[in-house]
Amino acid sequence: MAGERLTDRQPDGARRPAPRTGLRREEPDVTEAPRDPGGDAQPAIELRHVSKTFGDGEHAVHAVDDVSLTVRRGEIFGVIGYSGAGKSTLVRLINALETVTSGEVVVDGQVITGLPERRVREVRSRIGMVFQQFNLLSSRTVAGNVAYPLKVAGWSREKRAARVAELLAFVGLADKAKAYPRQLSGGQKQRVGIARALAAQPTILLADEATSALDPETTREVLALLRRVNAELGITIVVITHEMEVVRSTCHRVAVMEHGKVVETGDVYDVFSAPSADAAQRFVGTALHDRPSRETLARLRERHPGRLVTVGVREGASTGSDLFRLLREHDVDGSVVYGGISEVGERPFGSLTVELDAPGDRVASFLAALAEHADVVDLGTAAHPLDDPRVARLSAGPGGGDAPDDDGDPGDPYGTARDTLFRHGNLGGR
Amino acid sequence: MNRDWSQLWPILVESFGQTLQMVSVALLTGGLAGLALGIALYVTRRGNLLENRWVFGVLNVLVNVVRPIPFIIFVTLLGPVTLQVVGTTLGTEAFIFPLSVMTAFGTSRIVEQNLVGIDPGVVEAARAMGASSWRIITTVLVPEALAPLILGYTFLFIAVLDMSAIAGIIGGGGLGNFAIVYGYQRYNWGVVVVTVLVIIAIVQVAQLLGNWLARKALHR
Repeated sequence: MAGERLTDRQPDGARRPAPRTGLRREEPDVTEAPRDPGGDAQPAIELRHVSKTFGDGEHAVHAVDDVSLTVRRGEIFGVIGYSGAGKSTLVRLINALETVTSGEVVVDGQVITGLPERRVREVRSRIGMVFQQFNLLSSRTVAGNVAYPLKVAGWSREKRAARVAELLAFVGLADKAKAYPRQLSGGQKQRVGIARALAAQPTILLADEATSALDPETTREVLALLRRVNAELGITIVVITHEMEVVRSTCHRVAVMEHGKVVETGDVYDVFSAPSADAAQRFVGTALHDRPSRETLARLRERHPGRLVTVGVREGASTGSDLFRLLREHDVDGSVVYGGISEVGERPFGSLTVELDAPGDRVASFLAALAEHADVVDLGTAAHPLDDPRVARLSAGPGGGDAPDDDGDPGDPYGTARDTLFRHGNLGGR
Repeated sequence: MNRDWSQLWPILVESFGQTLQMVSVALLTGGLAGLALGIALYVTRRGNLLENRWVFGVLNVLVNVVRPIPFIIFVTLLGPVTLQVVGTTLGTEAFIFPLSVMTAFGTSRIVEQNLVGIDPGVVEAARAMGASSWRIITTVLVPEALAPLILGYTFLFIAVLDMSAIAGIIGGGGLGNFAIVYGYQRYNWGVVVVTVLVIIAIVQVAQLLGNWLARKALHR
């Protein structure tokens, strides 16, 4: 009965998910939503000029300050910010664990601001939540934890048992049903947390720093599970994080928060390729290691005194093949000395830094031709060095200390099918 | 001495029964009332489930006023109320009433302290699942704090046993009274020693039982 209730408030017939009797939904249409501007679809979550202030007078803290956001149905929406940026408060406004000071929160087309407590509890049961510290009930077994929201929703014992078995199989913990939380590893606990959050068949899942307490390997597993929840069950996910890698590997769109405000919102790919707000640039800097930092560049220049250029690689705009074709056509020797191409939002993204060796005029005509196809940054030569303005900006910013200088970086543990190529190597030959 | 004991044994057994009666009734009624009071203190605290500054303030002051009153004085202070409730101010039954009331106030603090130790995240998770406050109290707060609560109640059992020793002042019975009347006041140290040994044995059994139950509740 709870399953049917979940879909009642979605008047939009075309997007209306089939009643969920099982885990898998028949129509995968919702997973297309991120790629589709979907102006007709009712958003999953809408925040309209939402503010949350704690305390008053001098001691007032504006945790969330006039934020307007739309989370589309079926997408994975990231909210990134440093600690204290207000993102955890923001996510708690969505399921009314915190009440707004002003503004309006709309979930599945229903204004939840100002609803009486009973109705608010109903809304909450349609929204799953996953926590950084898992927050499992230590007095209950794994199965008992997953069954808890079903008891709250009034499911019968038989239906609960069937649903719990199904969910534990989905998260790969069928054999741990009778274990207690303290007998599990962090990753297993979070998988129980996710199973529990999915139990009452929510349409929305809120993940509050769900991977921040986990090691890189486990983080990768949990993020993969979240992506599976999104793709296979069509559940809209809001991911709160302070790690740009999480956004890069998992989210479709992202909002960057700073001091309670959303300073940038957009498609993850767009934010990565052209971050405009300072905070966005710093976060992108923490997740991209393909451009040499100042320190790395200095070492590169010692080894490669010739003309260095960084060539951006984007979807559609330019590919590595343009670079190599033009090198041949202009008879310029090039060797790749740094860089990497990986995926952002499942699309290729990165850059290659190349040392060019040829008489000056041939290099100039090569660069002119290349610039028509790709975003090229001239780093000059060891004798006449130039800065990459994007890297310089990162080094200068408050987050400069975090600017990527990834010598000896063991490789990044996140992401789906991402190959980091040419990492700090001389694959191009000398 | 032997002749003494042949007369004293039946009285000791009767006193043992009276002690068990006083302590179990007080723990049951006072323990339950104290559980409710302790939960009320916890949930109305600032930042908690049913935050309410006024309710918390009143309860907090009430508990702080009652608890420091020496029990022997509390028994007489409560006399008029005892008369209304029990119908008499004398005897073991009359003593059980103030004992239960004091037990409730003592229990409340122990319950409150144990609940404070619960991870607030677990409560938040239950709220996020749409659970009502009452459901959270009964299915999250109490079960999550069960092991320390069991140890707390074990501690209380011993404290109540201790308080019950002064039942004699209003004509009540029990082991404490037996030791005072038949031992201490007659310079019969043998009686005192035997009674104290019986009390120690009860305490040992209670503590062993409490530890065992708490360990089970911890799921280790």
